[in-house]
Amino acid sequence: MVMADGTADEGQELCGMIRSQWPEAQVSRSALGEVSWALSPETLLDVARTLQADSRFHFEQLMDVTAVDYLAYGKEEWVTETATGTGFSRARVVVQDPEVHPQPDGRFEVVYHLLSVSRNERLRLKVALPTDRPPVIPSLTGIWASADWFEREVFDLFGILFEGHPDLRRILTDYGFIGHPFRKDFPLSGEIEVRYDPESGRVIYEPVSITPRTLVPRVIRNDARYEGTDPGKKEPTHD
Amino acid sequence: MTEIQSYTMNFGPQHPAAHGVLRLVLEMDGEVIRKVDPHIGLLHRATEKLAESKPFNQSIGYMDRLDYVSMMVNEHAYVLAIERLLGIEIPIRARYIRVLFDELTRITNHLLWLGSHALDIGAMSVFLYAFREREDIMDMYEAVSGARLHATYYRPGGVHADLPDRMPQHAPSRWRSKKEQGERNRNRGGSLIDFIRDFTGRLPGRIDEFENLLTDNRIWKQRTVGIGVVSPERALQLGFSGPMLRGSGIAWDLRRTQPYEVYPDLEFDIPIGREGDCYDRYLVRIEEMRQSNRIVSQCLDWLVAHPGPVILDDYKIAPPPRTVMKHDMEALIHHFKLFTEGYTVPAGETYAVVEHPKGEFGIYLVSDGANKPYRLKIRAAGFAHLAALDEMARGHMIPDLVAIIGTQDIVFGEIDR
Repeated sequence: MVMADGTADEGQELCGMIRSQWPEAQVSRSALGEVSWALSPETLLDVARTLQADSRFHFEQLMDVTAVDYLAYGKEEWVTETATGTGFSRARVVVQDPEVHPQPDGRFEVVYHLLSVSRNERLRLKVALPTDRPPVIPSLTGIWASADWFEREVFDLFGILFEGHPDLRRILTDYGFIGHPFRKDFPLSGEIEVRYDPESGRVIYEPVSITPRTLVPRVIRNDARYEGTDPGKKEPTHD
Repeated sequence: MTEIQSYTMNFGPQHPAAHGVLRLVLEMDGEVIRKVDPHIGLLHRATEKLAESKPFNQSIGYMDRLDYVSMMVNEHAYVLAIERLLGIEIPIRARYIRVLFDELTRITNHLLWLGSHALDIGAMSVFLYAFREREDIMDMYEAVSGARLHATYYRPGGVHADLPDRMPQHAPSRWRSKKEQGERNRNRGGSLIDFIRDFTGRLPGRIDEFENLLTDNRIWKQRTVGIGVVSPERALQLGFSGPMLRGSGIAWDLRRTQPYEVYPDLEFDIPIGREGDCYDRYLVRIEEMRQSNRIVSQCLDWLVAHPGPVILDDYKIAPPPRTVMKHDMEALIHHFKLFTEGYTVPAGETYAVVEHPKGEFGIYLVSDGANKPYRLKIRAAGFAHLAALDEMARGHMIPDLVAIIGTQDIVFGEIDR
């Protein structure tokens, strides 16, 4: 955490402590002073237990659990042959250079935000899930009680299974919902819609009738307006 | 004689004490609660997914609609996250204005909490008095942003506009006499700052009035003392933050421990509770209102003495002023590009937190370098608090459950997102 008074090297100390305990840890400190640690799902439980209980770390609180679906990271979604008649026209943009925006290893990454109240420090754990098997990760409910609902939410929205969770049910979506809406391949307008049908006299479910509308005219990356640091880059071409 | 079996009861989602759309499935043993299973998500709007499909600035309005009783503080976390990734420093006056409105928002939030909490427990009059004060803060919102609730006032790079020099006045109306209209406009003769100053002078007395009604009230104490007790260890385990954590006796306030904006330069105290019950949390929030009032008057003193810009002078991120746009082609193009395409944010991730009236409100933002967020995660304080409802309510009776829902300061906009 970057402090206004420039105590940004606090993160440095935490990095050193983690490295001395786990020499092979892939821990890094961002330019903003936030410490992140990339873990494998196998080591997560042990590490979490130590981080919570060990008096040197003492992360008493698990503030947040979330996931990121890296399916579309750095990719253009506007490469299309037709334009919609209802929204902005779509422009074709050159597909990104993969070296500029490297895709993380797996598709899903579970992100934990820990907070130590006694030491006033934050730590982010990032667990990339392997792509060759279903997304399963050990549950942290036995270590932090707050993990319960956070993990249910991630399961609901991303379809990531938490092994050992006592009550892994959907939490935010409708009863009987199918699919995991926050995955990048789930459409923004959803797949089913609900309405009252006067003929049958009840509420019915049917496939969505909304045509997807483009609200963002164009996704830009490496905007020419911000160039200057990277003279080799050209402005994205718009056809 | 037949033995009484435990039975299941449905509470809400259409229940006046459910604070919105909370559905509880209660397992009861007589009138004693054995288990609470909250069913949430009835207000789920997928704000995080919607934000992934539009430029950064177009999602500020969604933030207001998360916790719809403390609008500007939600925006604050979001714009902080963007500013951190962009690596920009905002003008000092904008920082003071943000803190000023954060604290006014904290007062409105606590006023609404106090009114509805008391109403749930059976004290009708507090609700009316609390809303009278809240009305003035809504007028401040309106004066500064044009909207009484969903302000969209904070922008990456500062705030939308400076504080107005004239406070809007009540227009003549056939329903009101001249005298009554004059009375309503009594403190609106000057600028917004004068109006807020008048409010800060009045508020401590009003809080005393609330306390007169409640603090030593026998019924109030019977309904809150010893109800929903959370030990400090459990509060940490359950991910509590804000007044819920402080009520359990842990002195933790992000404004002090991980300060942002100008909080290090301001004087305020952090109240903490001792027992961790509903009554302590009530006392903590009442004191927080007084402290917020202190911060507001410090901000006003500073703002009067230090005029200056309130938004970054960078047309890539903040729109150019109207007057400039009228004659400068370049500014017009900037304006058009900003409001259609927005701006690109460097690839990276950040977790920006603010001390929300309800606890820790965080925005985890992942950018892949585009002009819209790649992933936005909203960490709502109420979500963790509601998750602990089961633990807090077990062994209590249904009327106590209502008191616990009230003390958690639940707002479904932020829990369901």
